[in-house]
Amino acid sequence: MREITLSQAVNEALAEEMRRDETVFIIGEDVAEAGTPFKVLAGLVEEFGTERVIDTPIAEPGFMGLAVGAAMTGARPVVDLMFGDFLFLIMDQLCNQAAKTHYMSGGKLTVPLVLRTNLGATRRSAAQHSQSLHALVAHIPGLKVAMPSSAYEAKGLMKTAIRDNNPVVIFEDKLMYQEKAPVPEEEFLIPFGEANVKREGTDITLIGTSSMVQVCEKAAEILAKEGISAEVVDPRTIVPLDEATLLASARKTSRVIVVDEGHQSYGVTAEIASRINEKAFYHLDAPVLRMGALDVPVPFSPALEDITVPTPEGVAEKARMLVAGEMIHAA
Amino acid sequence: MAKAKTNTEDYMRMYRQMVRIRTFEDNANQLYLSAKMPGLTHMYSGEEAVAVGICEALTDDDRITSTHRGHGHCVAKGANFKEMFCELLGKEEGYCRGKGGSMHIADQSHGNLGANAIVGGSMGIATGAALRAKLQKKDDVTVCFFGDGATAQGLLYEVMNMAALWKLPVIYACENNGYSEYTKTEEIAAGSITARAEAFGIEAHQVDGQDVLAVNALTQKLVARARKGEGPFFIELMTYRYHGHHVGDINREYYRTKDEEKDWKDNRDPIIRFRAWLVDQGIASEEEIEAMNAEIKEDASAAVEYALAAKYPDVSEVDMHVYTDITHACA
Repeated sequence: MREITLSQAVNEALAEEMRRDETVFIIGEDVAEAGTPFKVLAGLVEEFGTERVIDTPIAEPGFMGLAVGAAMTGARPVVDLMFGDFLFLIMDQLCNQAAKTHYMSGGKLTVPLVLRTNLGATRRSAAQHSQSLHALVAHIPGLKVAMPSSAYEAKGLMKTAIRDNNPVVIFEDKLMYQEKAPVPEEEFLIPFGEANVKREGTDITLIGTSSMVQVCEKAAEILAKEGISAEVVDPRTIVPLDEATLLASARKTSRVIVVDEGHQSYGVTAEIASRINEKAFYHLDAPVLRMGALDVPVPFSPALEDITVPTPEGVAEKARMLVAGEMIHAA
Repeated sequence: MAKAKTNTEDYMRMYRQMVRIRTFEDNANQLYLSAKMPGLTHMYSGEEAVAVGICEALTDDDRITSTHRGHGHCVAKGANFKEMFCELLGKEEGYCRGKGGSMHIADQSHGNLGANAIVGGSMGIATGAALRAKLQKKDDVTVCFFGDGATAQGLLYEVMNMAALWKLPVIYACENNGYSEYTKTEEIAAGSITARAEAFGIEAHQVDGQDVLAVNALTQKLVARARKGEGPFFIELMTYRYHGHHVGDINREYYRTKDEEKDWKDNRDPIIRFRAWLVDQGIASEEEIEAMNAEIKEDASAAVEYALAAKYPDVSEVDMHVYTDITHACA
């Protein structure tokens, strides 16, 4: 199968959906000729013109609000939010408006929009361009949240997101834009709420989101050499969450580590760990562990930044302790 | 003669709509005072000429966004008493199946995209609806209602900038009732309100918001021009709210005097003024007007009785309409 980068995969998904459905348009800062700072959208304005690839002023709440109104009146906007950190700027439009409109109107109004943004540290971008804020939006009923872990998921989930009649937030890891993965040339979609068992195992389950799936896979490789069989599961969407697949894996292996790049406290790892505790407790041989980003603003210095995010070695170390039956206490 | 006849019908409909708003609000206030209504509500009484003068210049394909003080806009855009009172009381037959309440009534069939409980929260939505009309090459116009208090929100300036850059068919209707919640407008708004729009090159007008004919004549002209791509426009409508910020704001002498309220009610009431004009012009007799008032009063009483007796939504509805495609979000 051919291999393309995550950036190309997103670009293809958008182009295909824009050809298929004329109500789809892209709106955001420097999305047209610039094609975004990451060049993800390069070439789209040439094909679809400036009426469907709309450059805006630097006004995130403003263009997010416009997208909500356009979506309520029949369009399918794809909002480009340059950095996930800017979510804080658009919270009212996303969480008070887009997320609640369908419910508040008793099901009459719909807001079929996609918010494309990113997450991920270790790019030496410091505290305001490195955050992984997906837990914030996953907390708000009415929003769906997709977290592609490779180019393949990035394309399939984006196409599903655009066709969804609800507001969907899709987080791409900005460090993965140039990473290649096999992506079929023929059309495909990845349904929401279907986890992917990336690697089968019997001793421990490693649940990872976004780039943490790769961290888990690398940890599984390390563990395999030591005779520990790790299963790696990628939820692919955290809202809706495929609880059944996660629980089945937990029941099978009896040990679970949840790895996610959001801050560990009050985050995605806590939510998933809690559900496993509540619903698979008697199948567990060890406490479910959370591994998120350190609860600090992301520091600039490489010497500091690199120790804030989960690593394959770190995950393998915790897995080893769980399998060995050692009690784990949070530091 | 045909034209005169049409005008007569238009005038009588405007009068009727203003009285319907006042009557609706009197009943809503009574429901609050008699503890039959859950929560609070914000009365539109005193501002009727604004909503009616504007909405009578619009068609059902034209859209509005409304505010927490939204009953007037809702009635003026064509809503029914029965569904409105049901919504105010949280009943299943309400416009939003009881999920929105007073501050979130949406009536899609008449182009009302909904009231909004975030001050200034709908400015993006209105501008986005106008963007959608422009992308579709339709001549629909969107009116964004908001108050003087909302001019302090930054979103207004972001969306006016984009609306002006892209010549969007949106009219920003600022209802200046003199008070930003419990504070005089002059204490929260520096400089001129219309100059804010003019800074973006948006044509701005100030009009007597107690004169329904003046409001309607101005809006008709601006709507016609907006349909031709000459928008956006901004109107500051000088008006007054008879009640407090909400129905529970009874003792308000710390921010405005009873003499001031009496002066507006006695000398500038939009309904009394228009009624006198209708009689003076020989368009309607006192008897005809009294009969119309009585009929509206009866309609409202019947709707209130109906709503009081109507069913609450079944408890199973609590997690419905969170998403369009998940029947019960918490199942």
